[in-house]
Amino acid sequence: MIFGLPVISVAIWLPIIFGILVLSTGDDKNAPLARILAMIGAVLGFLVTIPLYTGFAYDTSQMQFVELHDWISRFNIHYHLGVDGISVLFILLTAFFTPIVVLAGWLVIEKRVAQYMASFLIMSGVMIGVFAALDAILFYVFWEAMLIPMFLIIGIWGGQNRVYAAVKFFLYTLLGSLLMLVALIYLYNRSGGSFSILDFHQVAIPMTAQILIFIAFFFAFAVKVPMFPVHTWLPDAHVEAPTGGSVILAAIMLKVGAYGFLRFSVPIVPDASHQLAGVMIALSLIAVVYIGLVALAQSDMKKLVAYSSISHMGFVTLGIFIFNAYGMEGALLQMISHGFVSGALFLCVGVLYDRMHSRNIADYGGVANTMPVFAAFFMLFAMANSGLPGTSGFVGEFTVILGAMKANFWYAFAASTTLVFGAAYTLWMYKRVIFGAVANSHVAELTDLTLREKVIMAILAVTVLGMGLYPLPFSEIMHASVNDLLVHVAHSKLP
Amino acid sequence: MDMKDLYLLVPLAPLAGAIAVGLFGKWLGRAWSHRITIALVAVSFFASLAVFNDVQAGNIFNGSVYTWLTSGDTSFQVGFLIDQLTVTMMLVVTFVSLMVHIYTIGYMQEDPGYQRFFSYISLFTFSMLMLVMANNFMQLFFGWEAVGLVSYLLIGFWYDRETAIYANLKAFLVNRVGDLGFLLGIALVLMVFGTLQYDAVFANAASHANDIAPIPGVSWNMMTAICILLFIGAMGKSAQFPLHVWLPDSMEGPTPISALIHAATMVTAGIFMVARMSPLFELSETALSFVMVIGAITALFMGFLGIIQNDIKRVVAYSTLSQLGYMTVALGASAYSVAIFHLMTHAFFKALLFLAAGSVIIAMHHNQDIRYMGGLKKYMPITWITSLIGSLALIGTPFFSGFYSKESIIEAVKFSDLPGSGFAYFAVVAGVFVTAFYSFRMYFLVFHGKERYDEAPHDKHHAAHDDHGHDEHHGKPHETPWVVTLPLILLAIPSIGIGYIAFEPMLHRGYFGDAIFVAANHSMVTIAGLVHHEIIDHPLTMAMHAFGTLPFWLAVAGVASAAFFYLKRPDIPALIQKKFQFIYTLLDNKYYFDRFNDWFFAGGARGTSRLLWTFGDVKLIDGLMVNGTAKLVGMFSGAIRHIQSGYIYHYAFSMIIGVFVLLTVRDWF
Repeated sequence: MIFGLPVISVAIWLPIIFGILVLSTGDDKNAPLARILAMIGAVLGFLVTIPLYTGFAYDTSQMQFVELHDWISRFNIHYHLGVDGISVLFILLTAFFTPIVVLAGWLVIEKRVAQYMASFLIMSGVMIGVFAALDAILFYVFWEAMLIPMFLIIGIWGGQNRVYAAVKFFLYTLLGSLLMLVALIYLYNRSGGSFSILDFHQVAIPMTAQILIFIAFFFAFAVKVPMFPVHTWLPDAHVEAPTGGSVILAAIMLKVGAYGFLRFSVPIVPDASHQLAGVMIALSLIAVVYIGLVALAQSDMKKLVAYSSISHMGFVTLGIFIFNAYGMEGALLQMISHGFVSGALFLCVGVLYDRMHSRNIADYGGVANTMPVFAAFFMLFAMANSGLPGTSGFVGEFTVILGAMKANFWYAFAASTTLVFGAAYTLWMYKRVIFGAVANSHVAELTDLTLREKVIMAILAVTVLGMGLYPLPFSEIMHASVNDLLVHVAHSKLP
Repeated sequence: MDMKDLYLLVPLAPLAGAIAVGLFGKWLGRAWSHRITIALVAVSFFASLAVFNDVQAGNIFNGSVYTWLTSGDTSFQVGFLIDQLTVTMMLVVTFVSLMVHIYTIGYMQEDPGYQRFFSYISLFTFSMLMLVMANNFMQLFFGWEAVGLVSYLLIGFWYDRETAIYANLKAFLVNRVGDLGFLLGIALVLMVFGTLQYDAVFANAASHANDIAPIPGVSWNMMTAICILLFIGAMGKSAQFPLHVWLPDSMEGPTPISALIHAATMVTAGIFMVARMSPLFELSETALSFVMVIGAITALFMGFLGIIQNDIKRVVAYSTLSQLGYMTVALGASAYSVAIFHLMTHAFFKALLFLAAGSVIIAMHHNQDIRYMGGLKKYMPITWITSLIGSLALIGTPFFSGFYSKESIIEAVKFSDLPGSGFAYFAVVAGVFVTAFYSFRMYFLVFHGKERYDEAPHDKHHAAHDDHGHDEHHGKPHETPWVVTLPLILLAIPSIGIGYIAFEPMLHRGYFGDAIFVAANHSMVTIAGLVHHEIIDHPLTMAMHAFGTLPFWLAVAGVASAAFFYLKRPDIPALIQKKFQFIYTLLDNKYYFDRFNDWFFAGGARGTSRLLWTFGDVKLIDGLMVNGTAKLVGMFSGAIRHIQSGYIYHYAFSMIIGVFVLLTVRDWF
């Protein structure tokens, strides 16, 4: 409870209310006010999520901070919220990134400032809703609502090809979610008229139906992750999105897909999940290896980081579908770490883009000569992206590889190739952009990080190193829920 | 102070220095930056000495500092194992690091990245200490990768040089190939033993000795699989054939780090690791055999390459490769203590040789080509004497430190009966001649003979873009300042004496205690004793005995022929080179490994990735499937749009057709 109000609801609605407030400041004459209001909302939005962490009970897999109210009683739809060890960290992660993207867009965004800031605040609330919803329809509403601000962010503040990217993003993800709605309605009938996700977990379902439900969920979630071969919207979306949009897309929005697998596919249709695990593992390993190679070929920095994201998310889906504790926890750790690292990398690319208005690797070279502080931060994040121990990037990859080894040596082998490919595409880019002699007069004129940028980079650097050196607080909180999930999926749900 | 605090102090002191200078170097200024880092590394060294005394008194420590992560039912710890093996490494690392820190004051004097350099080498010291002090595989891997990171940063220290940033990327990626095996080995260990703590793994190793490795499609013995995977990591870090290719290129980094990282400490991490894992390796003769053959190939064939190098640092680099091969051979022969012994003596004399080479390089205004040196002994007496000591130690002159360790390796291999030991024995014995030849070729070319330093073509100079903007490019070379020569002298002392002192306790009096495990039937000391009817365990007897052995005379022959070819008849080498053009070309191209790797692996990866992208992602998925679907929908709707024409007679006509079709179809049933 915060001032007598339920924590999760505050976490959801506070940023949304601030978003509406920011919107009401009107046009760009009041931009400074909009920025400050947005910052206050974002920081408050993060602070109110902290009780979720400090008040979290580690020894239970039950939902905590539960809120349950009637919403549409005609269909037994509830306003039902709650967190467990799987979702709690993502709520904090979402709220953590909102101030960062507000700060990142502080002076960079000059047009429609209020609308830009409001989009991020509203999106933040909605995404927290996705992670906290325990009612399938509530989940679905948040799930679809999340698309709208992102669609606007790409479509309005994006690059030259923004409309193509925004529409591609929207259609791709919308098509996926429609199938999910069908599955949810089937489950509603099957469960005897409940939309509670927790009830869905207990429903017995015949195999054929399980497979079909799995496939329906697969399209919704795999598109979001994104998994090979439904990943091609992501590079386009990233390339066209403004920096803040890319950060949220990579850090949070990709996670809802993997979260969906953990909250819906695996516990609701465990038999189908086991049945199709081989396919999922294969797709994950293709993501790691194939996408890792594709990343190597990119000449656009943002595209490269986007492909790197897909490759790293391959570890998440791999970890989920090898069905052991290392894999599952590794997947969750990888999701959190990937949030920090890919967010940081997109911010780094953004720093360069703001100065040079180019994402093209070939336009750079020797940036270290003119931006040494930036180069140091970028090095840290590049190393984290290469999975160096001591950074957060290592924790998840390491744990997933341990889990994969338990499942099959060759899974672990294929996944481990990221040690080479991940380092190759990240550091090769780093070499071409940062190292070398000053490549041209534009690079020679670059100025190093401003105080605002330094603050952002420093916060992320501390998080990346902190999680790398002491990941225990991140893993402890998820143990009970992960163990429970593993026990749950080990039991057949065939009628 | 509690011993546990002391253990913590050893790695954390250099880390504190690295952080302080790394973050605040600009405010601290040059003088304070080196004062702080040197003081803290000195603290680390003296703390290590205290720990050494404590371990000598019999206090072994194995405990955890904090829990890093828990997952499943496994808890991953950060902790220390302090035993004889660890403390030996701690002393070597902190001592050489301290010398290199001091030396850097002189070598990097005018470099704009002065503070950054000190921060990096202190960070390296921390990482290396974490590696050797680990009591579990996870932390070992942390240290393993962290030293790799610092090595990457330091090879590319002069980041505006194209060759340097090529070399550091190459070093990192080649190491990552090794780490791939290493990580899989670690994962396999966890899977089999359910823990990554050394003590628990070693204690249970024997019970898994006859298991079959859970690798689908391969029926390997479990221990063989684990050990070979772990050793692949060592092949990367310790630059063993065929992952040796990064080490010569790493010479692009400043000389102090070539001494510290690429000769004395980091590259020996693989040797240390295998010695640490002796309870595992002892269970697989196949793995030991593999280790021995790889080491033998490296020892001999990398030595050959040293013969034709003209860059002073590259000669020393190939000699390092070859010596690492010797250590690896010793590991393969189960002579772990001998390998660590050689690791230690090598750390001193090779750091000495590198730093002396650096001293020469300073005097030569950063020209590194030994063809344009000569006669330096009268200008640089301290560098000259210390180089001579280093070279004598390297070639295994009796009484020098390198003699005891190298001779012991040769003895151990002689009595090994593993497959491949015959070849290994040949390689290490032949290597003695090769080592003596290239070492003294370099020595004579640099310090003796005609003074040729004025003949250097100016485009050969690295000086165009380096750290020392010397104004006085002409004039006589002169001895380097005391911060450079002092470390040379301090390293020369153990290069002479450490072998004599440590030989008996390390190899024959059980200095390593339980830190190293050797199966009874692999113990070379026992076997040699049985054959000789006596064990040569006194350093004096050992040295006396050596004068009558083949390796000694091979070394003499190597020095003599180097003297003949490069002092007496400098015209002959050119003739030989012409006569045996084929061999020269092969060596000059380093057996074509770099070319092949560039073409096959680097080029292959780039080509494949471009193909996968343009064909897979752009054409197939995006072009055909995504945009194709959109087009198909467009075409379809375009087609059926024509049906809704809005004309009554179209609809009426369709209806009539429809009725006909329906009537016809009905008749079929």
